[in-house]
Amino acid sequence: MLEVKQIEKGIVIDHIKSGKGLKIFNKLMLDKSDFPVVLLMNVESKFLGKKDIIKIENSFDIDLNLLGLIDENITINYIEKGKVIEKKKVSIPKEVKGLIKCENPRCITNSDIYAEPTFKLVSTENLEYKCSFCEEITKYKL
Amino acid sequence: MVNNVKHLIDLETFSNEEIMELITLGQKIYKSPEKYSEACKGKILATLFYEPSTRTKFSFESAMLRLGGNILGFSDANTSSVSKGESIADTIRVISYYADIAVMRHPKEGAPKLSSLYSSIPIINGGDGGHLHPTQTLTDLITIHTYKGTLENHVIGFCGDLKYGRTVHSLIKTMARFNTKKFILISPEELTLPNSIKRFLKEKYDVEIQEVRYIEDVIEEIDILYMTRIQRERFFNEEDYLRLKNSYILTKDKIEPAKKDMIIMHPLPRVNEIAYEVDEDSRAKYFDQAKLGMYIRMALIIKLLGVEY
Repeated sequence: MLEVKQIEKGIVIDHIKSGKGLKIFNKLMLDKSDFPVVLLMNVESKFLGKKDIIKIENSFDIDLNLLGLIDENITINYIEKGKVIEKKKVSIPKEVKGLIKCENPRCITNSDIYAEPTFKLVSTENLEYKCSFCEEITKYKL
Repeated sequence: MVNNVKHLIDLETFSNEEIMELITLGQKIYKSPEKYSEACKGKILATLFYEPSTRTKFSFESAMLRLGGNILGFSDANTSSVSKGESIADTIRVISYYADIAVMRHPKEGAPKLSSLYSSIPIINGGDGGHLHPTQTLTDLITIHTYKGTLENHVIGFCGDLKYGRTVHSLIKTMARFNTKKFILISPEELTLPNSIKRFLKEKYDVEIQEVRYIEDVIEEIDILYMTRIQRERFFNEEDYLRLKNSYILTKDKIEPAKKDMIIMHPLPRVNEIAYEVDEDSRAKYFDQAKLGMYIRMALIIKLLGVEY
Protein backbone atom coordinates (compact mmCIF):
# COMPACT_ATOMS: atom_id res chain seq x y z
CA MET A 1 0.00 0.00 0.00
CA LEU A 2 1.06 3.56 -0.79
CA GLU A 3 2.50 5.23 2.31
CA VAL A 4 2.83 8.85 3.21
CA LYS A 5 4.69 9.76 6.37
CA GLN A 6 3.04 11.49 9.29
CA ILE A 7 3.37 15.24 9.35
CA GLU A 8 5.04 17.05 12.28
CA LYS A 9 3.02 20.22 12.13
CA GLY A 10 0.12 21.25 9.95
CA ILE A 11 -3.40 20.27 8.96
CA VAL A 12 -4.92 16.98 7.88
CA ILE A 13 -8.27 17.21 6.13
CA ASP A 14 -9.78 13.78 6.60
CA HIS A 15 -12.95 11.90 5.65
CA ILE A 16 -13.33 13.65 2.33
CA LYS A 17 -15.79 11.75 0.19
CA SER A 18 -13.88 9.94 -2.51
CA GLY A 19 -13.65 12.08 -5.63
CA LYS A 20 -14.02 15.42 -3.88
CA GLY A 21 -10.40 15.71 -2.78
CA LEU A 22 -9.13 17.26 -5.99
CA LYS A 23 -11.95 19.78 -6.03
CA ILE A 24 -11.09 20.85 -2.50
CA PHE A 25 -7.42 20.94 -3.41
CA ASN A 26 -8.23 23.34 -6.23
CA LYS A 27 -10.73 25.43 -4.24
CA LEU A 28 -8.16 25.95 -1.47
CA MET A 29 -5.67 26.87 -4.20
CA LEU A 30 -3.14 24.47 -2.74
CA ASP A 31 -1.43 24.21 -6.12
CA LYS A 32 -0.11 27.69 -5.44
CA SER A 33 1.21 26.90 -1.96
CA ASP A 34 4.92 26.97 -1.21
CA PHE A 35 4.68 24.43 1.63
CA PRO A 36 4.48 20.63 1.28
CA VAL A 37 1.00 19.36 0.42
CA VAL A 38 -0.19 15.82 -0.25
CA LEU A 39 -3.47 14.74 -1.81
CA LEU A 40 -4.39 11.12 -1.23
CA MET A 41 -7.23 9.70 -3.26
CA ASN A 42 -9.30 6.54 -2.84
CA VAL A 43 -7.78 5.57 0.47
CA GLU A 44 -9.56 2.75 2.31
CA SER A 45 -11.96 3.93 4.97
CA LYS A 46 -13.97 2.05 7.59
CA PHE A 47 -16.92 4.42 7.36
CA LEU A 48 -16.84 5.66 3.81
CA GLY A 49 -15.40 2.64 2.01
CA LYS A 50 -13.12 4.96 0.14
CA LYS A 51 -12.05 8.45 1.05
CA ASP A 52 -9.69 11.23 0.06
CA ILE A 53 -7.24 12.94 2.44
CA ILE A 54 -5.28 16.17 2.15
CA LYS A 55 -2.20 16.78 4.30
CA ILE A 56 -0.77 20.25 4.56
CA GLU A 57 2.60 20.67 6.29
CA ASN A 58 3.88 23.73 8.15
CA SER A 59 0.83 25.91 7.79
CA PHE A 60 -2.34 26.70 9.71
CA ASP A 61 -3.07 29.76 7.67
CA ILE A 62 -5.76 28.41 5.36
CA ASP A 63 -9.41 29.46 5.15
CA LEU A 64 -11.25 26.21 5.74
CA ASN A 65 -14.69 27.83 5.93
CA LEU A 66 -15.69 26.52 2.54
CA LEU A 67 -15.14 22.88 3.50
CA GLY A 68 -18.52 22.83 5.22
CA LEU A 69 -20.08 23.79 1.93
CA ILE A 70 -18.48 20.89 0.13
CA ASP A 71 -18.98 18.00 2.49
CA GLU A 72 -20.33 18.04 6.03
CA ASN A 73 -18.54 14.81 6.99
CA ILE A 74 -15.07 16.25 6.65
CA THR A 75 -12.85 16.28 9.76
CA ILE A 76 -10.00 18.72 10.20
CA ASN A 77 -7.07 17.65 12.37
CA TYR A 78 -4.56 20.19 13.56
CA ILE A 79 -1.16 18.58 14.15
CA GLU A 80 1.66 19.83 16.33
CA LYS A 81 4.83 17.79 17.10
CA GLY A 82 3.33 14.86 15.22
CA LYS A 83 0.20 14.74 17.43
CA VAL A 84 -3.37 15.81 16.88
CA ILE A 85 -3.90 18.88 19.07
CA GLU A 86 -7.37 19.71 17.82
CA LYS A 87 -10.06 17.87 15.90
CA LYS A 88 -12.80 19.83 14.23
CA LYS A 89 -15.94 18.81 12.41
CA VAL A 90 -16.87 21.19 9.68
CA SER A 91 -20.30 22.74 9.42
CA ILE A 92 -22.18 24.67 6.78
CA PRO A 93 -21.01 28.25 7.27
CA LYS A 94 -23.70 30.76 8.28
CA GLU A 95 -21.76 33.53 6.62
CA VAL A 96 -19.53 33.26 3.60
CA LYS A 97 -17.14 35.89 2.33
CA GLY A 98 -15.45 35.81 -1.03
CA LEU A 99 -15.90 32.09 -1.72
CA ILE A 100 -19.10 32.28 -3.74
CA LYS A 101 -19.88 34.41 -6.75
CA CYS A 102 -23.28 36.13 -6.75
CA GLU A 103 -25.52 34.71 -9.46
CA ASN A 104 -27.16 38.07 -10.10
CA PRO A 105 -25.36 39.59 -13.11
CA ARG A 106 -26.54 43.06 -12.06
CA CYS A 107 -24.96 42.74 -8.61
CA ILE A 108 -22.15 45.18 -7.83
CA THR A 109 -19.97 42.30 -6.59
CA ASN A 110 -19.66 41.12 -10.18
CA SER A 111 -18.22 44.38 -11.44
CA ASP A 112 -16.44 46.24 -8.66
CA ILE A 113 -13.20 44.89 -7.27
CA TYR A 114 -13.84 46.39 -3.82
CA ALA A 115 -17.15 44.60 -3.40
CA GLU A 116 -16.25 41.30 -1.77
CA PRO A 117 -19.19 38.92 -2.26
CA THR A 118 -20.69 38.41 1.21
CA PHE A 119 -23.54 36.03 1.90
CA LYS A 120 -25.80 34.87 4.70
CA LEU A 121 -27.15 31.33 4.80
CA VAL A 122 -30.92 31.21 4.23
CA SER A 123 -31.47 27.51 3.55
CA THR A 124 -29.26 24.76 4.94
CA GLU A 125 -31.15 22.17 2.94
CA ASN A 126 -30.54 23.72 -0.46
CA LEU A 127 -27.31 25.57 0.41
CA GLU A 128 -28.94 28.86 -0.49
CA TYR A 129 -27.16 32.08 0.36
CA LYS A 130 -28.50 35.63 0.29
CA CYS A 131 -26.16 38.28 -1.09
CA SER A 132 -25.66 41.11 1.37
CA PHE A 133 -25.36 43.62 -1.46
CA CYS A 134 -28.23 42.82 -3.84
CA GLU A 135 -30.20 40.34 -1.63
CA GLU A 136 -30.56 37.84 -4.49
CA ILE A 137 -30.30 34.16 -3.59
CA THR A 138 -27.34 32.18 -4.85
CA LYS A 139 -27.27 28.42 -4.61
CA TYR A 140 -23.86 27.01 -3.78
CA LYS A 141 -22.51 24.44 -6.17
CA LEU A 142 -19.07 22.90 -5.89
CA MET B 1 -14.22 50.90 6.24
CA VAL B 2 -15.90 53.80 7.97
CA ASN B 3 -18.33 53.42 10.87
CA ASN B 4 -20.76 55.60 12.80
CA VAL B 5 -22.21 57.44 9.83
CA LYS B 6 -25.96 57.10 9.31
CA HIS B 7 -26.92 56.24 5.74
CA LEU B 8 -30.18 55.38 4.01
CA ILE B 9 -29.49 52.32 1.89
CA ASP B 10 -32.50 50.17 2.80
CA LEU B 11 -35.57 51.39 4.70
CA GLU B 12 -35.49 48.12 6.66
CA THR B 13 -32.65 49.62 8.72
CA PHE B 14 -34.88 52.51 9.84
CA SER B 15 -37.22 51.90 12.76
CA ASN B 16 -40.91 52.82 12.57
CA GLU B 17 -40.17 55.69 14.95
CA GLU B 18 -37.42 57.01 12.68
CA ILE B 19 -39.73 56.79 9.68
CA MET B 20 -42.45 58.67 11.57
CA GLU B 21 -39.93 61.34 12.59
CA LEU B 22 -39.06 61.88 8.93
CA ILE B 23 -42.72 62.10 7.94
CA THR B 24 -43.50 64.57 10.72
CA LEU B 25 -40.51 66.74 9.84
CA GLY B 26 -41.37 66.57 6.12
CA GLN B 27 -44.89 67.75 6.88
CA LYS B 28 -43.58 70.59 9.06
CA ILE B 29 -41.31 71.75 6.24
CA TYR B 30 -44.23 71.50 3.80
CA LYS B 31 -46.30 73.79 5.99
CA SER B 32 -43.59 76.36 6.78
CA PRO B 33 -40.74 76.00 4.27
CA GLU B 34 -39.34 79.43 5.14
CA LYS B 35 -38.34 78.20 8.59
CA TYR B 36 -35.97 75.69 7.01
CA SER B 37 -34.59 77.79 4.17
CA GLU B 38 -31.19 78.05 5.81
CA ALA B 39 -31.10 74.72 7.65
CA CYS B 40 -28.32 73.40 5.42
CA LYS B 41 -26.51 76.64 4.68
CA GLY B 42 -22.88 75.94 3.84
CA LYS B 43 -23.53 72.24 3.24
CA ILE B 44 -23.04 70.46 -0.07
CA LEU B 45 -25.04 67.55 -1.50
CA ALA B 46 -23.27 65.43 -4.12
CA THR B 47 -25.63 63.88 -6.67
CA LEU B 48 -23.89 60.82 -8.08
CA PHE B 49 -26.15 59.64 -10.87
CA TYR B 50 -24.50 56.77 -12.72
CA GLU B 51 -27.64 56.45 -14.81
CA PRO B 52 -30.07 59.17 -15.76
CA SER B 53 -33.09 59.88 -13.58
CA THR B 54 -34.27 63.42 -14.04
CA ARG B 55 -37.12 63.14 -11.57
CA THR B 56 -35.19 61.80 -8.58
CA LYS B 57 -32.20 64.04 -9.29
CA PHE B 58 -34.31 67.21 -9.55
CA SER B 59 -36.21 66.28 -6.42
CA PHE B 60 -33.00 65.94 -4.40
CA GLU B 61 -31.39 69.02 -5.91
CA SER B 62 -34.45 71.11 -5.28
CA ALA B 63 -34.65 69.75 -1.72
CA MET B 64 -31.05 70.77 -0.97
CA LEU B 65 -31.35 74.19 -2.62
CA ARG B 66 -34.55 74.92 -0.66
CA LEU B 67 -32.63 74.12 2.53
CA GLY B 68 -30.06 76.77 1.63
CA GLY B 69 -27.41 74.20 0.69
CA ASN B 70 -25.46 73.68 -2.48
CA ILE B 71 -25.18 70.82 -4.92
CA LEU B 72 -22.56 69.29 -7.15
CA GLY B 73 -22.55 66.10 -9.14
CA PHE B 74 -22.97 64.33 -12.42
CA SER B 75 -25.85 62.68 -14.20
CA ASP B 76 -24.06 60.47 -16.65
CA ALA B 77 -21.45 57.83 -15.86
CA ASN B 78 -19.58 58.70 -19.04
CA THR B 79 -18.60 62.06 -17.66
CA SER B 80 -17.30 60.62 -14.39
CA SER B 81 -14.19 58.65 -13.56
CA VAL B 82 -16.19 55.43 -13.63
CA SER B 83 -15.66 55.48 -17.38
CA LYS B 84 -11.94 55.17 -16.57
CA GLY B 85 -12.70 52.04 -14.52
CA GLU B 86 -12.50 53.52 -11.02
CA SER B 87 -14.12 51.63 -8.13
CA ILE B 88 -17.07 53.29 -6.42
CA ALA B 89 -15.14 52.87 -3.17
CA ASP B 90 -12.38 55.17 -4.45
CA THR B 91 -14.85 57.65 -5.94
CA ILE B 92 -16.77 58.00 -2.69
CA ARG B 93 -13.63 58.37 -0.58
CA VAL B 94 -12.68 61.39 -2.66
CA ILE B 95 -16.22 62.80 -2.87
CA SER B 96 -16.36 62.61 0.95
CA TYR B 97 -13.84 65.49 1.04
CA TYR B 98 -15.87 67.67 -1.32
CA ALA B 99 -19.41 67.15 -0.09
CA ASP B 100 -21.24 66.68 3.22
CA ILE B 101 -23.83 64.17 2.03
CA ALA B 102 -24.36 62.22 -1.20
CA VAL B 103 -27.18 60.59 -3.09
CA MET B 104 -26.33 57.76 -5.46
CA ARG B 105 -28.33 56.26 -8.33
CA HIS B 106 -26.58 53.28 -9.90
CA PRO B 107 -27.58 50.54 -12.35
CA LYS B 108 -25.71 47.90 -10.31
CA GLU B 109 -27.59 46.43 -7.38
CA GLY B 110 -25.79 46.96 -4.07
CA ALA B 111 -23.65 49.84 -5.37
CA PRO B 112 -24.91 52.39 -2.79
CA LYS B 113 -24.28 49.86 -0.04
CA LEU B 114 -20.70 49.37 -1.23
CA SER B 115 -20.11 53.11 -1.26
CA SER B 116 -21.56 53.43 2.26
CA LEU B 117 -18.89 51.02 3.52
CA TYR B 118 -16.16 53.40 2.41
CA SER B 119 -17.83 56.77 2.91
CA SER B 120 -17.27 59.18 5.76
CA ILE B 121 -20.40 61.15 4.75
CA PRO B 122 -24.03 59.93 4.73
CA ILE B 123 -25.05 58.08 1.57
CA ILE B 124 -28.63 58.01 0.32
CA ASN B 125 -29.66 55.24 -2.04
CA GLY B 126 -31.33 57.00 -4.95
CA GLY B 127 -32.19 53.69 -6.63
CA ASP B 128 -29.95 50.71 -7.42
CA GLY B 129 -31.06 48.75 -10.47
CA GLY B 130 -34.19 46.72 -9.81
CA HIS B 131 -33.30 46.38 -6.14
CA LEU B 132 -34.26 49.28 -3.84
CA HIS B 133 -35.47 52.86 -4.06
CA PRO B 134 -36.09 53.83 -0.42
CA THR B 135 -36.79 57.54 -0.98
CA GLN B 136 -39.64 56.59 -3.33
CA THR B 137 -41.08 54.55 -0.47
CA LEU B 138 -40.67 57.50 1.91
CA THR B 139 -42.46 59.62 -0.69
CA ASP B 140 -45.33 57.14 -0.73
CA LEU B 141 -45.47 57.02 3.06
CA ILE B 142 -45.63 60.79 3.55
CA THR B 143 -48.38 60.96 0.91
CA ILE B 144 -50.45 58.30 2.65
CA HIS B 145 -49.95 59.94 6.03
CA THR B 146 -50.73 63.44 4.75
CA TYR B 147 -53.97 62.48 3.01
CA LYS B 148 -55.20 59.69 5.26
CA GLY B 149 -53.94 61.04 8.60
CA THR B 150 -52.23 57.79 9.62
CA LEU B 151 -50.25 54.92 8.14
CA GLU B 152 -52.28 52.34 10.04
CA ASN B 153 -55.40 50.25 9.39
CA HIS B 154 -55.82 50.87 5.68
CA VAL B 155 -57.04 48.64 2.89
CA ILE B 156 -54.40 49.16 0.21
CA GLY B 157 -54.92 48.11 -3.39
CA PHE B 158 -51.93 47.64 -5.67
CA CYS B 159 -52.75 47.47 -9.35
CA GLY B 160 -50.70 46.54 -12.41
CA ASP B 161 -47.24 45.01 -12.54
CA LEU B 162 -46.74 43.59 -9.07
CA LYS B 163 -44.08 41.12 -10.13
CA TYR B 164 -41.25 43.40 -11.22
CA GLY B 165 -42.17 46.72 -9.60
CA ARG B 166 -39.60 47.46 -6.92
CA THR B 167 -41.60 50.43 -5.63
CA VAL B 168 -44.53 48.10 -4.96
CA HIS B 169 -42.40 45.48 -3.17
CA SER B 170 -40.77 48.05 -0.97
CA LEU B 171 -44.01 49.86 -0.11
CA ILE B 172 -45.83 46.62 0.69
CA LYS B 173 -43.07 45.45 3.02
CA THR B 174 -42.92 48.81 4.76
CA MET B 175 -46.69 49.30 5.08
CA ALA B 176 -46.96 45.82 6.62
CA ARG B 177 -44.91 47.20 9.53
CA PHE B 178 -47.70 49.72 10.18
CA ASN B 179 -50.62 47.36 10.83
CA THR B 180 -52.13 47.35 7.38
CA LYS B 181 -55.67 45.99 7.51
CA LYS B 182 -55.56 44.29 4.14
CA PHE B 183 -53.59 44.21 0.90
CA ILE B 184 -55.60 43.78 -2.29
CA LEU B 185 -53.41 42.74 -5.21
CA ILE B 186 -54.87 43.45 -8.63
CA SER B 187 -52.82 42.12 -11.51
CA PRO B 188 -52.85 39.78 -14.49
CA GLU B 189 -51.75 36.25 -13.69
CA GLU B 190 -48.42 36.85 -15.39
CA LEU B 191 -47.56 39.77 -13.12
CA THR B 192 -48.63 38.72 -9.63
CA LEU B 193 -46.66 39.57 -6.51
CA PRO B 194 -43.75 37.10 -6.02
CA ASN B 195 -44.58 34.25 -3.64
CA SER B 196 -41.55 35.04 -1.49
CA ILE B 197 -43.08 38.41 -0.58
CA LYS B 198 -46.53 36.95 0.03
CA ARG B 199 -45.00 34.34 2.30
CA PHE B 200 -42.99 37.00 4.13
CA LEU B 201 -46.14 39.07 4.73
CA LYS B 202 -48.11 36.09 5.98
CA GLU B 203 -45.42 34.68 8.23
CA LYS B 204 -44.11 37.91 9.70
CA TYR B 205 -47.25 40.04 9.92
CA ASP B 206 -50.15 37.65 9.34
CA VAL B 207 -51.78 40.35 7.24
CA GLU B 208 -54.77 39.60 5.02
CA ILE B 209 -53.99 39.38 1.32
CA GLN B 210 -56.57 39.15 -1.45
CA GLU B 211 -55.60 38.58 -5.07
CA VAL B 212 -57.95 39.54 -7.87
CA ARG B 213 -57.79 40.10 -11.61
CA TYR B 214 -60.11 43.06 -12.02
CA ILE B 215 -60.21 46.37 -10.24
CA GLU B 216 -64.00 46.65 -10.56
CA ASP B 217 -64.42 43.70 -8.19
CA VAL B 218 -62.74 45.43 -5.27
CA ILE B 219 -62.77 49.19 -5.87
CA GLU B 220 -65.45 49.91 -3.25
CA GLU B 221 -63.36 48.47 -0.47
CA ILE B 222 -60.08 50.28 -1.15
CA ASP B 223 -58.71 53.21 0.93
CA ILE B 224 -55.50 53.67 -1.03
CA LEU B 225 -55.13 52.66 -4.67
CA TYR B 226 -51.54 52.39 -5.88
CA MET B 227 -51.31 52.18 -9.66
CA THR B 228 -48.28 50.99 -11.63
CA ARG B 229 -47.36 50.78 -15.25
CA ILE B 230 -47.61 47.51 -17.16
CA GLN B 231 -44.74 47.26 -19.58
CA ARG B 232 -45.20 45.65 -22.96
CA GLU B 233 -41.90 43.78 -22.69
CA ARG B 234 -43.11 41.86 -19.63
CA PHE B 235 -45.46 39.83 -21.79
CA PHE B 236 -44.60 36.83 -23.87
CA ASN B 237 -46.75 37.94 -26.76
CA GLU B 238 -48.39 41.06 -28.07
CA GLU B 239 -51.82 39.44 -28.03
CA ASP B 240 -51.79 38.95 -24.25
CA TYR B 241 -50.56 42.47 -23.71
CA LEU B 242 -53.30 44.04 -25.84
CA ARG B 243 -55.94 41.85 -24.22
CA LEU B 244 -54.90 42.79 -20.70
CA LYS B 245 -53.73 46.34 -20.83
CA ASN B 246 -57.21 47.88 -20.95
CA SER B 247 -58.22 46.02 -17.82
CA TYR B 248 -55.52 47.88 -15.95
CA ILE B 249 -56.26 51.40 -17.13
CA LEU B 250 -57.96 53.51 -14.51
CA THR B 251 -60.85 55.58 -15.81
CA LYS B 252 -63.46 57.89 -14.35
CA ASP B 253 -66.08 55.14 -14.65
CA LYS B 254 -64.00 52.63 -12.76
CA ILE B 255 -63.50 54.91 -9.75
CA GLU B 256 -67.12 56.02 -9.66
CA PRO B 257 -68.15 53.46 -6.99
CA ALA B 258 -64.98 54.03 -4.93
CA LYS B 259 -64.93 55.66 -1.49
CA LYS B 260 -65.06 59.43 -1.54
CA ASP B 261 -61.90 59.66 0.53
CA MET B 262 -59.94 57.02 -1.34
CA ILE B 263 -56.62 58.28 -2.67
CA ILE B 264 -55.02 57.31 -5.98
CA MET B 265 -51.24 57.10 -6.09
CA HIS B 266 -48.66 56.39 -8.79
CA PRO B 267 -44.84 56.56 -8.62
CA LEU B 268 -44.75 58.25 -12.07
CA PRO B 269 -43.93 58.38 -14.93
CA ARG B 270 -47.41 57.45 -16.09
CA VAL B 271 -47.93 56.26 -19.63
CA ASN B 272 -51.54 55.30 -20.12
CA GLU B 273 -52.51 53.39 -16.98
CA ILE B 274 -54.40 56.34 -15.54
CA ALA B 275 -56.65 58.15 -18.01
CA TYR B 276 -56.10 61.91 -18.10
CA GLU B 277 -59.73 62.46 -17.11
CA VAL B 278 -58.91 61.05 -13.65
CA ASP B 279 -56.46 63.91 -12.98
CA GLU B 280 -59.38 66.23 -12.29
CA ASP B 281 -60.77 63.95 -9.57
CA SER B 282 -59.96 65.16 -6.06
CA ARG B 283 -58.88 61.64 -5.15
CA ALA B 284 -55.97 61.74 -7.63
CA LYS B 285 -52.87 62.44 -5.54
CA TYR B 286 -50.01 61.37 -7.81
CA PHE B 287 -48.76 64.87 -8.55
CA ASP B 288 -49.02 65.87 -4.89
CA GLN B 289 -47.07 62.70 -4.21
CA ALA B 290 -44.15 63.98 -6.32
CA LYS B 291 -44.30 67.30 -4.48
CA LEU B 292 -44.33 65.65 -1.05
CA GLY B 293 -41.37 63.54 -2.17
CA MET B 294 -39.26 66.65 -2.21
CA TYR B 295 -40.29 67.57 1.34
CA ILE B 296 -39.48 64.17 2.78
CA ARG B 297 -36.11 64.32 1.00
CA MET B 298 -35.53 67.66 2.72
CA ALA B 299 -36.35 66.02 6.04
CA LEU B 300 -34.02 63.13 5.24
CA ILE B 301 -31.12 65.43 4.37
CA ILE B 302 -31.61 67.37 7.62
CA LYS B 303 -31.76 64.20 9.72
CA LEU B 304 -28.78 62.49 8.10
CA LEU B 305 -26.65 65.63 8.32
CA GLY B 306 -27.69 66.06 11.94
CA VAL B 307 -28.11 69.82 11.52
CA GLU B 308 -30.10 71.94 13.96
CA TYR B 309 -33.54 72.90 12.72
